[in-house]
Amino acid sequence: MNRSAANKTVYQFGYRRSADQDASRPVRRPVVIVGAGPVGLTAAIDFAKRGIPAIILDDADRIGEGSRAICFSKRSLEIMDRLGLGDRLVEKGVVWQLGKVFLGEHQVYSFDLLPEAGHRMPAFINLQQYYLEGYLVERAAELPLIDLRWRNRVTAVEKHDDFVRLTIETPEGEYRLDTDWCLACDGARSKVRDCLGLKFEGHTFEERFLIADVKMSAEYPTERWFWFDPPFHSGQSALLHRQPDNVWRIDLQLGPDADPDEEKKPERVRPRLERMLGERKFELEWVSVYRFNCARLKKFVHGRVIFVGDSAHQVSPFGARGANSGIQDAENLVWKLALVLNGEAPESLLDSYELERGQAADENIGHSTRSTDFIAPRTKQERVLRNAVLQLAPHAAFARRMVNSGRLSVASEYDSPLTTPDREAFAGSARLGLPVPDAPLDDRDGAKRYLLQTLGEDFQLLYVKDGARPNVPEGLRMTVIGEDLIDREGHFTQRFDATPGAAYLLRPDHHLCARMRSYDGNRIREALARAKGSAI
Amino acid sequence: MTALKTENGFANPDAAYEALVEAHRGLAEAESAALNARLVLILSNHIGDLKVLKEAISLAKKAG
Ligand SMILES: Cc1cc2nc3c(=O)[nH]c(=O)nc-3n(C[C@H](O)[C@H](O)[C@H](O)COP(=O)(O)OP(=O)(O)OC[C@H]3O[C@@H](n4cnc5c(N)ncnc54)[C@H](O)[C@@H]3O)c2cc1C
Repeated sequence: MNRSAANKTVYQFGYRRSADQDASRPVRRPVVIVGAGPVGLTAAIDFAKRGIPAIILDDADRIGEGSRAICFSKRSLEIMDRLGLGDRLVEKGVVWQLGKVFLGEHQVYSFDLLPEAGHRMPAFINLQQYYLEGYLVERAAELPLIDLRWRNRVTAVEKHDDFVRLTIETPEGEYRLDTDWCLACDGARSKVRDCLGLKFEGHTFEERFLIADVKMSAEYPTERWFWFDPPFHSGQSALLHRQPDNVWRIDLQLGPDADPDEEKKPERVRPRLERMLGERKFELEWVSVYRFNCARLKKFVHGRVIFVGDSAHQVSPFGARGANSGIQDAENLVWKLALVLNGEAPESLLDSYELERGQAADENIGHSTRSTDFIAPRTKQERVLRNAVLQLAPHAAFARRMVNSGRLSVASEYDSPLTTPDREAFAGSARLGLPVPDAPLDDRDGAKRYLLQTLGEDFQLLYVKDGARPNVPEGLRMTVIGEDLIDREGHFTQRFDATPGAAYLLRPDHHLCARMRSYDGNRIREALARAKGSAI
Repeated sequence: MTALKTENGFANPDAAYEALVEAHRGLAEAESAALNARLVLILSNHIGDLKVLKEAISLAKKAG
């Protein structure tokens, strides 16, 4: 793999012939993933960590043609940390948590995304998508269970009762591959979706946006700055946000009638940016003109073909909910499919993927639609109302809260049949259906640990010490807080509303699925069965 | 159960109507529309109840 030294970072990979191409009959595999974007790569690494081999097919052989995503959320970083990439991403990324919104030259609203201390991962980092993808590819290469095949383009998909047959085009011709399960991670223009004749239902926003990555040395702080009606781009909106390597993301709203080909030309782009950046010297790394969509498939699971990430749902980028939600899709699906493949859960467990990630998709589409409508009102009267909010913002707190330049991605709270409802009241930021909050703890040797670092890939019981260690059901990992891990600073106790004897059951994706004030072996067994799909 | 009050709430409803009318006197159409938008937002927030707001919206739509 090479990284070119040119200002545009590119990872270049090679096509390699697979023995499957020489087989006389299609070879059968447990899992084939179509697409080596952030979502497909995340899924493959998670499968490998669970002992399940995965093949990834990707039609390209390089990464880095333009950046796309830059903002990665705490939840994505926590998932990446479990997969072994947390430190690397945070080290390379630009950590931020403050956002400011300006009307003209005046600040009207600001937000702070992580007011709570004692988390291993920051609220957000900015990082070019190609770095994330490059690191994921490198991580995948360390795992022998992953077979990543570049320049393997899926051209046809045949659904059978208990397997899927893929036709794949390579530089050396076509071959076929059978798989028990096919994960379609092939992005918003999914070929797999087309092959199955599925409709992607949603809305295309009329507005066009210029997205530019600019290299410059600038003294702006590491904050997300968003302007409505800035002096340098009158009547429209603008965004400025730092990335690593002195690269800055700039979005400029262009209106619905802008000509995308004209607007991409450097002689057109540079003056626009000069008005914004003044005398500063800058280089253009990447420019593109977008019109955004919000859309989703009605169903994500189609027999043994499962849609994950942008192939299943697409959002406009205000709120950074695209890759971040796709990464959560992958994590949600993989532990479930691993249990199904290992015969430990019924196939119906996958319905909960559909349900939970469907809820998340609706939430994400709702948020990003509202943000886009606020930034680019669809009608004249809508604009009047939007402007009224902006006019009131300097004068009234409620209007500042309505100013919407994007509500940034947070983890979804699942209203799910996998969850056992509470019988007792619990306070704290830990909530049923949400991933558990992190907390700093000491291990038995007094070394500093973070809760999330200790959790691993399996179901896990957190038990707050109250006498002897209880006998947990076979196969369930237990950590005793107050013995295995010590809550010296009290963050765990506060966040979990922990009392002696309390027990918390965590799913493999670290979502809290049951809790009780005192250990009850039967209830825990039932909760565990429920979390594996017994109640679906 | 309706949460929106539709019976008269003002001691002097004529004075309330007059206040609204006066606010618009001398404004161009666009200024008037903008003023109304600001008023709607201020009053909506004052009510602070999405259910009441939605009932008000549907009454307004029905009456038009
Ligand atoms: C301007 C912009 C800014 C954004 N900012 C953010 C942000 O800040 N944060 C965020 O979370 N998201 C952001 N997004 C969204 C984010 O880029 C996407 O959600 C993300 O790339 C989706 O990942 P994916 O793996 O599902 O699909 P993709 O990244 O699209 O990957 C799909 C892969 O499948 C391959 N493929 C396609 N067809 C075939 C085929 N027939 N056979 C084999 N392989 C195939 C492609 O080559 C590609 O590698 C932004 C998007 C845009 C456009």
